[in-house]
Amino acid sequence: MTAEMAISADPRAVAETVTDPELPALTLADLGVLRDVRVHEDTVVVDITPTYSGCPAMGVMRADLLHALHTAGFDDVEVRTVLSPAWSTDWISEEGRRKLAAAGIAPPGRAPVRADGPIPLQLGPTRRTAACPLCGSPDTEELSEFGATACKALRRCRSCREPFEHVKEI
Amino acid sequence: MHEETVYDALTNAHDDAGHWAFGTGFDDPLAGVDTTVPDGVDPADLGAYCLMLGDDALVLAQRLTQWITAAPELEEEVAIGNTGLDLLGQARLLLARAGSVGVLGRSRSLATASIPDEDALAYFRDADEFRCTGLVAAENGDFGQTMVRLLVASTVRLAVFARLRGSRDPVLAAIAAKGVHELAYHRDHAARWVLRLGDGTAESHRRAQAGVDAVWPHLADLFTATDVEARLAAAGVAVDPADVRGEVRDVLTTVLQRATLRVPGWPADVAPRGRAGVHGPELTDLLAPLQGLARQHPAATW
Repeated sequence: MTAEMAISADPRAVAETVTDPELPALTLADLGVLRDVRVHEDTVVVDITPTYSGCPAMGVMRADLLHALHTAGFDDVEVRTVLSPAWSTDWISEEGRRKLAAAGIAPPGRAPVRADGPIPLQLGPTRRTAACPLCGSPDTEELSEFGATACKALRRCRSCREPFEHVKEI
Repeated sequence: MHEETVYDALTNAHDDAGHWAFGTGFDDPLAGVDTTVPDGVDPADLGAYCLMLGDDALVLAQRLTQWITAAPELEEEVAIGNTGLDLLGQARLLLARAGSVGVLGRSRSLATASIPDEDALAYFRDADEFRCTGLVAAENGDFGQTMVRLLVASTVRLAVFARLRGSRDPVLAAIAAKGVHELAYHRDHAARWVLRLGDGTAESHRRAQAGVDAVWPHLADLFTATDVEARLAAAGVAVDPADVRGEVRDVLTTVLQRATLRVPGWPADVAPRGRAGVHGPELTDLLAPLQGLARQHPAATW
């Protein structure tokens, strides 16, 4: 924790410095996981939303937010879970996308729109595209739809041959 | 963190940083969510329905876990692990919702007070108190059969969840809206494997067909509503499983035909078995390793 945070009087500014446990280059605010910060009768109320139903990092996020706010002098802090509307990669900010690319992770494109009716089958290969975050080439291929965390796929660049991760559109 | 070593942090239960020790503030996946029951809805029915959907996810997640270290390739092991984790997350939310309306049965009295409701429900119910279907409780079989079962189970669940997005219970609607995104790629991933295996080599075709033939009888008790489902469907909270039968049939027929697999005759409807707590010994065998640690060391945290 930095001295700068300890003297901050704005709980939102403090909460916005907390980083994601699995993508430490990004803050929870960059990811769109930090939904709201407000003060209600001397209690700082923080809303966060899970990226995936099974996201195992929620507990650590909650603890990190409490720790940062307590360290900054806010004794009464409540971290709440908000389930609706469901998180989407469209909530990752432009700043977040820039930081992802700088960390060697291809940022997501636009999330698919889910209509109210039945969800159509997709039997072909996934049609995601992602430019190589290392050399910039658009000529990349998907190695695996699933990666080390729920939110990422594995890809390889056909130009520079380097493998890289890609945050999946959801 | 100011601790000398990471182990100090692990043993400090009161450290609100809680780094790596998932004991602090991790208890309730519905923390801060408004869990008021909608007007005119019986909380006991709502809780029972959440157990049905939650147990399906918990038990299928545990079945998928059995492939870890045994999947045909590393990428597929990661895929299966990811799928299981999504389902486990859905199970936590649904079991917590059941707990929030007071549907805990004797699990609450068997578990220590510090254990959250969803863990009490997962670890301290016996097989006959589970409400999962026989489809998800069945043994994995080989990889082909596992993918056929995942295709069928996620097709049914996706069709139900897509409709549940409009549930009058806002918590159930929110869990469903989130789950739909996950279930869509579970289903499509399994469907692509069924295509590859069915339309692959003679051996992969033979095994995929054997998987279809083994899984198909489990369709028999999936589409008859229990009394709980019928009452909640009438109240706009739940989905009558009979309403998804046509969609499920269309999806499965499409995939199997594309995979050059024979579509077996659709089994005649029978009364719900798993949803009524009637299970074979395979569920007891599956639950033993899942529940053993929590039952032997009820106060353990990790």
